[in-house]
Amino acid sequence: MTERDFEPIAIGDIESIYVPPQTLRQRGWQQMKQNRLAIAGIVIVTIMTLLAVVGPWLCPYTYAEQNLADANAYPSAAHWFGTDSLGRDLFVRVLYGARISLSIGLVASLINVCIGMVYGGIAGLAGGKTDRFMMHIVDILYAIPMLLYVILLMVVFKPGLVNIYIALGIAYWLNMARIVRGQILSLKEQDYVLAARSCGTSSWHILTRHMLPNCVGPIIVTLTLSIPDAIFTEAFLSFIGLGVSAPMASWGVLTSEGISSMRSFPFQLIFPAVALCITMLGFMFLGDGLRDALDPQNQKEGSR
Amino acid sequence: MVLYVLKRIGGAVVVLWAIVTITFFLMHAIPGGPFTQEKKLPPAVLATVEARYHLNDPLAEQYADYLKHAAVLDLGPSYKYPGKTVNAIIKETFPVSAQLGAISLFLAIGAGLIAGMLAAWRKNSWVDYTMMIGATLGVSVPSFIIAAILIQLFAFTWPVLPAAMWKGPAYMIMPALALAAHPTAFIMRLTRSSILDVLAQDYIKTAKSRGVGTTALLCRHALRNALLPVVSYIGPLAAALLTGSFIVESIFSIPGLGRHFVTSIYNRDYTVILGITIFYSFLIIFMNLIIDMIYPLLDPRISLKKDKGV
Repeated sequence: MTERDFEPIAIGDIESIYVPPQTLRQRGWQQMKQNRLAIAGIVIVTIMTLLAVVGPWLCPYTYAEQNLADANAYPSAAHWFGTDSLGRDLFVRVLYGARISLSIGLVASLINVCIGMVYGGIAGLAGGKTDRFMMHIVDILYAIPMLLYVILLMVVFKPGLVNIYIALGIAYWLNMARIVRGQILSLKEQDYVLAARSCGTSSWHILTRHMLPNCVGPIIVTLTLSIPDAIFTEAFLSFIGLGVSAPMASWGVLTSEGISSMRSFPFQLIFPAVALCITMLGFMFLGDGLRDALDPQNQKEGSR
Repeated sequence: MVLYVLKRIGGAVVVLWAIVTITFFLMHAIPGGPFTQEKKLPPAVLATVEARYHLNDPLAEQYADYLKHAAVLDLGPSYKYPGKTVNAIIKETFPVSAQLGAISLFLAIGAGLIAGMLAAWRKNSWVDYTMMIGATLGVSVPSFIIAAILIQLFAFTWPVLPAAMWKGPAYMIMPALALAAHPTAFIMRLTRSSILDVLAQDYIKTAKSRGVGTTALLCRHALRNALLPVVSYIGPLAAALLTGSFIVESIFSIPGLGRHFVTSIYNRDYTVILGITIFYSFLIIFMNLIIDMIYPLLDPRISLKKDKGV
């Protein structure tokens, strides 16, 4: 606050202190713009996504093309990141790995959101006994170490991309269900919902127009933060030999291949590892920034 | 209190039963038995082997059998190592894993708490920024990459530590560091934010105005309240150390249970996968139970009589 804030304004000059009303989304964006780490996160995630989508098409090689005469070549003009033990171009494999890893992160998290939203939404809306019963099941499942079950599922399903989507998707929705349910429960008690109801608004309208938009913030935050978790888990699965099947390659597969040849050809580990870590950082910055910007609990405390 | 404990133990038993059931039927959903190999066994041999492991019995009977044995903590024989039981494997390898896990646990909690307190105490200084950068890196770099970097640095570039095996204290340093990196970073972030929350509270101002010194303020007044979120993280932390140990033990060729689990996945040694999964689940559920019991000791405001949540 400055001295100017305390000066009386001239009558009729009311417009000079008028601030246009902002929606939650606008205010969130305002806050995001000031958060440099969050902007860095957006930039990293956007670049990685673009590279993952178009990158593999722009390269002269394909991810499966072998050239044994050129195996284990160091980075050069022909092969920017060098080649692996089968003479496959590492640059295109890292880009292709970005496609696989990011798609795993995204698809698995979206499956989580869908299951969690439906489950949590039903529990929250129904309330009472149904709610207590459904949440009791969630509590029981929560006690189960999920990674072990993802491993078991992968052993049963046979390794492969679609199976990773499914295994990760059906294992990690518990958190989302809890968040959506809590949000719906507290929203149900809000005065404006009562007001809408007393105006004769239909339940469906209240749910879609009033409640779900207010859940979007926490859902997006949880979604963003669960993407790096899924990518991490996939890297872990690849490391113990349960990842995508060859010749496909995720970053997890590339890094674990890189580790086995780390002593003689360190670049085979460095490139995929750096790509993986930068992307993880990007998603974490973005998720933290989004949480600061969108989480209503943070808004009450003001900016710190 | 007693009622609550009994109720929780009852709940844990139900969860364990669910786990045994899920794992059992998952394992039996796999097409082909454990003895289906590339090199086909003669039918007579196959029949004998399957009869020996009761694989020809109806599924319900096998399940009842397994449940009966699991109830008395007998997890059955290994299919790939004839003559060895899953119990023997666990007994042989788990002490090594437990040792590594305990070292990493203390390392993570100690280093994480101290670093988090320092960062919160010197908020927005270079100390804080260095710690936060370290923590962010620790959270975003997978443990196998950290292990690889450590080996490269301390076993090959400067050969001061052994690169693999498990023969004495020097062999424990790198695996413990690699395993503890992720949880340390997490605990640090947790401690920093919860200490910052606590430091903003009125009772801290009161203590300050009474002339309580900085060290006493941080350690006696702030830390105790800031510990709560850290304690509730110990359950997931134990789980993280377990799963981290699969990777770290494989990389450092440590003869622990984690490495054995990974090997049994490669070998598709179903009874061992099943048994170790159940054992790990049991361990984690037990940890969570103990932590919930410790909770009210730290914070008298939490009583065990009231049902948590809902």
